[in-house]
Amino acid sequence: MPKLPAPPLPKVLRPKPNRPGQNGNGNGAMTPADAAQEAGITVVDWLDERTALSGGIRWMLFRKVPPGVNWFYTLGSATMFAFISQAVTGVFLAMYYNPAPNDAYESVRYITDQVFLGQFVRGMHKWGASVMVILIFLHMGRVFFFGAYKYPRELTWVIGVVLLILTLAMGFTGYLLPFNQQAYWASIVGININATGPLIGPFLSDFLRAGPEFGATTLSRFYAIHMMVIPGLIAALIGLHLYLITKLGISAPPWMKAEPERELELEKVEI
Amino acid sequence: MPGAFEGETVNRRRFMTATVHGAGAVAAAAFTLPALGFALGPVFSRLPWSWQAIGKPSDFTQDNYVIKAITIVQGIGEAGKSIAYVRARDSAIDKEPEDQYNHWVALSSRCMHLGCPVRYVAAAERFICPCHGGVYDFRGMVAGGPPVRPLDRFYTRLNSTTGLVELGPRYSVNSELQRFSPRDPGEPLDGIGQFLYPSRFSTAKRP
Repeated sequence: MPKLPAPPLPKVLRPKPNRPGQNGNGNGAMTPADAAQEAGITVVDWLDERTALSGGIRWMLFRKVPPGVNWFYTLGSATMFAFISQAVTGVFLAMYYNPAPNDAYESVRYITDQVFLGQFVRGMHKWGASVMVILIFLHMGRVFFFGAYKYPRELTWVIGVVLLILTLAMGFTGYLLPFNQQAYWASIVGININATGPLIGPFLSDFLRAGPEFGATTLSRFYAIHMMVIPGLIAALIGLHLYLITKLGISAPPWMKAEPERELELEKVEI
Repeated sequence: MPGAFEGETVNRRRFMTATVHGAGAVAAAAFTLPALGFALGPVFSRLPWSWQAIGKPSDFTQDNYVIKAITIVQGIGEAGKSIAYVRARDSAIDKEPEDQYNHWVALSSRCMHLGCPVRYVAAAERFICPCHGGVYDFRGMVAGGPPVRPLDRFYTRLNSTTGLVELGPRYSVNSELQRFSPRDPGEPLDGIGQFLYPSRFSTAKRP
């Protein structure tokens, strides 16, 4: 079986080669102890021989970054982790939440008051939503002020803007779900703001409400959009966003000067 | 074309490609179109409405509003309820033409800015919206703030068999109190507004 080249790990972390005679029982066969020791490697090799995933993982994780990257470059990942946190807490909230107009408020109250850690998980989801919006704007600001949206990264920027809009749509649809007075009236106002768009506005608001009035299925419609439609789109677009980032590489901060290539420099010295 | 006979425009490969693409399109449409229709259906279906009794004719005076809780959408409990402010028509101030549907003036509590509930303040004879400061006068005409048109109204009638005042579907008015099919808040109906915000499929036009 061909061995894949090891990823560029720092020297400390690299496994030490066995001393002569330490491995095997002398005739080349593995002892059970050796097999157990190498089980992890065997499993990874087995998987990799069939999926060839390690190349992709290495392409994704062990790539060159320009000098001068700093903490501002982590805002994108921070936003993604905020999204993952929202997804995870949202799935668990969905186990107790009931999107029926007569039960929604009670089910949210049940989550908050009765369920073990329910208040905590709901709080994570509620505050995490604000955190995600704040992070996505900070990330956008970083990309804008560092000029990282320029050629060839325009499409990454455009996808990022779509992700921003979808995140705000998540905030809008999620706001209704506790179904208290604040949620209800804020959603009425939000839907009516949609309705003020000329020509298609009235029909857009009818689509959002599932009818001319806030009705029996408005809540479940918002719920379906909030937990199925938009998260799917966001996850897919994050994948595309990350692909483009890996493919195109990270841009250097604007204050970094392009380094002249070292070989050319040496040549200059020799002349 | 490779593999084709002289003068042939459709060979087996091209026919096969077209068939497979066509079958794929049909299969995709078979689940996309129904799902789309399912989501868009409510835009085209009309909301049912009914005449609901709100009281005896003697319950309503010309100089003050009576608050009536009414049902806008049935079957969803409190969320389907709304409030109408009702008074008897006063020909001295209500200059819009009288017909069988406006012997009682029933105003919707929905603010015409963005849909918050307005409150009638009897001392000031004004309707005031708590959200963004919309103010309406005694007739429901805009007196200040961001609202774009007077308060919506309901058709009212006297049921001759029961002798009770009944309240029907909602309608919108422009600043001359001309009737229009119900529009959402925030949609002006003066001038070009009635064309920019067309009547929807989902609302009844006449009682």
